[in-house]
Amino acid sequence: MTVVATGESRPGTEPQGDVLVQVEQLAVEYVGRDRVVRAVDGVDLDIHRGEIVGLAGESGCGKSTVANALMQILRPPAQIAGGRILFAGEDLTKRNTEQLRRFRWQHVSMVFQSAMNALNPVMRVGDQFVDAMQAHERISKREALGRAGDLLELVGIDRRRLRAYPHELSGGMRQRVIIGIALSLRPELVIMDEPTTALDVVVQREILQQVQDLQRELGFAVLFITHDLSLLLEVAHRIAIMYAGEIVETAPSETLHARPQHPYTKGLMSSFPPLTGRLERMTGIPGAPPDLSAPPSGCRFHPRCPHCRPEDERLYLRQTTERPLLKPVAPAHLVACHLVEQGGTP
Amino acid sequence: MTERSWDFAPIEVHGLTKHFPAGNGLLGRSSRVHAVDEVDFALRPGRITALVGESGSGKSTVARLLARLYDPTAGTILFEGHDTSRDRRRRDVLRYRSQVQMIFQDPFGSLNPVKTIRHHLERPLRIHGIVPRDRIEERVYQLLTTVGLVPPEHVAAKYPYELSGGQRQRVAIARALAVEPKVILADEPTSMLDVSIRIGILNLVRELKDEHDIAFLYVTHDLASARYVADEILVMYAGQIVEQGPVEDVLADPLHPYTRLLLSAVPDPGTGVEAKRIEVRKGMASAAVDPAEGCRFVGRCPLAVAVCSEVTPPLVEARPAQAARCHVTAPAGAVPPVVTT
Repeated sequence: MTVVATGESRPGTEPQGDVLVQVEQLAVEYVGRDRVVRAVDGVDLDIHRGEIVGLAGESGCGKSTVANALMQILRPPAQIAGGRILFAGEDLTKRNTEQLRRFRWQHVSMVFQSAMNALNPVMRVGDQFVDAMQAHERISKREALGRAGDLLELVGIDRRRLRAYPHELSGGMRQRVIIGIALSLRPELVIMDEPTTALDVVVQREILQQVQDLQRELGFAVLFITHDLSLLLEVAHRIAIMYAGEIVETAPSETLHARPQHPYTKGLMSSFPPLTGRLERMTGIPGAPPDLSAPPSGCRFHPRCPHCRPEDERLYLRQTTERPLLKPVAPAHLVACHLVEQGGTP
Repeated sequence: MTERSWDFAPIEVHGLTKHFPAGNGLLGRSSRVHAVDEVDFALRPGRITALVGESGSGKSTVARLLARLYDPTAGTILFEGHDTSRDRRRRDVLRYRSQVQMIFQDPFGSLNPVKTIRHHLERPLRIHGIVPRDRIEERVYQLLTTVGLVPPEHVAAKYPYELSGGQRQRVAIARALAVEPKVILADEPTSMLDVSIRIGILNLVRELKDEHDIAFLYVTHDLASARYVADEILVMYAGQIVEQGPVEDVLADPLHPYTRLLLSAVPDPGTGVEAKRIEVRKGMASAAVDPAEGCRFVGRCPLAVAVCSEVTPPLVEARPAQAARCHVTAPAGAVPPVVTT
């Protein structure tokens, strides 16, 4: 693989540690009175130690459900309907409530999109750090506040702000406070679910730079979930693309950027107009994502796929009746597409 | 297309200003947010003007002022040469609204959930008496076809909840088109839609401006989509227009340091975070609250010199058709200041 020399260390070129998380054939269902929606259907995903993995897809594709399953915070009507989630080799789906409570935050922490609302409005920032730490560790308030101050400085906020209330901070600062709290117990994995979506583009860039610095310094792994593929191509080492509850393609960021294979990935790429260079009329993807209570047969993308035409009878039959499986097209590059499998180029 | 004068502007805005009271300052003196301050621009038929800026820059307030949802604190909004900003009579407001339509960000909140799509499109046709009663149905189907919702008979019978976000936004656009407006104000029309269907809406906007000769104001925080649809761009910061010009020129070579900052912050898959790290200076988050004399960007500006905190920079046309408010990159005096027509 050729690496374009654009900076000293481009994502995808750094050595990764051993496997931290293995998601195997995960299925999650939302059970309603008269129907069952399978929001996640047979997802395989590995996260290595110290790796930033991006999970991209449109709203309703199941990406947040994967995150919630990983964090084990699914609540009825959502339930795990199949598969395993191994964390450092241990199956999380087999643990009891108390084990899970200890596990959360200590090993995996999570940063949500609406950080503005994740903080308690009537509690000082410092006390919210202390709360998180004391729930998991025997630590004096004094000591916890000391560490909280260090964490605030780590995320670029003056430690005197420990005494501030959330409303005294800007949206970007509150999001950084949340990241600080998420790091307070030195977790091995931080799940970030649209962490910058509600923020302005300049603040978003500041926070992304900070996350990358912290990740390099502290070595935790990140599962970064967003609908914004252009952002993931910048920050992630590896990217998985989700569509209608399934992962349809996964590859190192550079490979995905240079040689996307799945027609959906290609469609996503042509949904972001460029800021520089020639401006051509773009097409996006026709149609809309399917209703998961009655997903399309065969390949779930086939109703929107430009390469699914009845004229090619044999391929059409497979596309409309047979579920494509993730198969390697190059090292570390997997694609679930009948056309690609046949050797065709979408 | 019929012969027409391209210089004719249906909407011209002069010195448009909107202040909001903001809490209480010290000693009971209330402070004021200068959400929009002395803004001048014109919208032209068959042209799309993008209004970009971060949240709190005042861009949505400008759209709302033009839609007459707020009364301006000062300044005039000329519609076909007539100042409409002080119109109170229902007849005048109705006439204005039949010519100037708005499309909102949220296609889920802007349609009535218990009414069919047909109802949403028939209403403006009846209220403004656009077509004779016996031709209303035909016109509804025509509108739905124009925005790509086919077969129209089928879509017209549906309720909003039966449509996807993108389809709902198309209904909102069809409703705006129903009154055959001269101006459409679109406030972040794609930001709540899935990425794969945003381009479809942007393409529709481009087609409409060409085919219907509508003057568009496209309000967004997304520079890439502004480049994709717009002809001209206005960049707002803390209530003021800090840069304006043809969209390609401004984005290819911005004059104002704020435009440069915005551009460098946009994710660009070709480079990566490392390659384009930005240095952000902590600025006053509230540059629009009781602003003092001087440039409002001075606290965050890498180019700031002494004069910047003393004198408010005027909008200066430093390059052909491209103007900025910056003492350093667009100094006054070197070239004559902008004259808005």
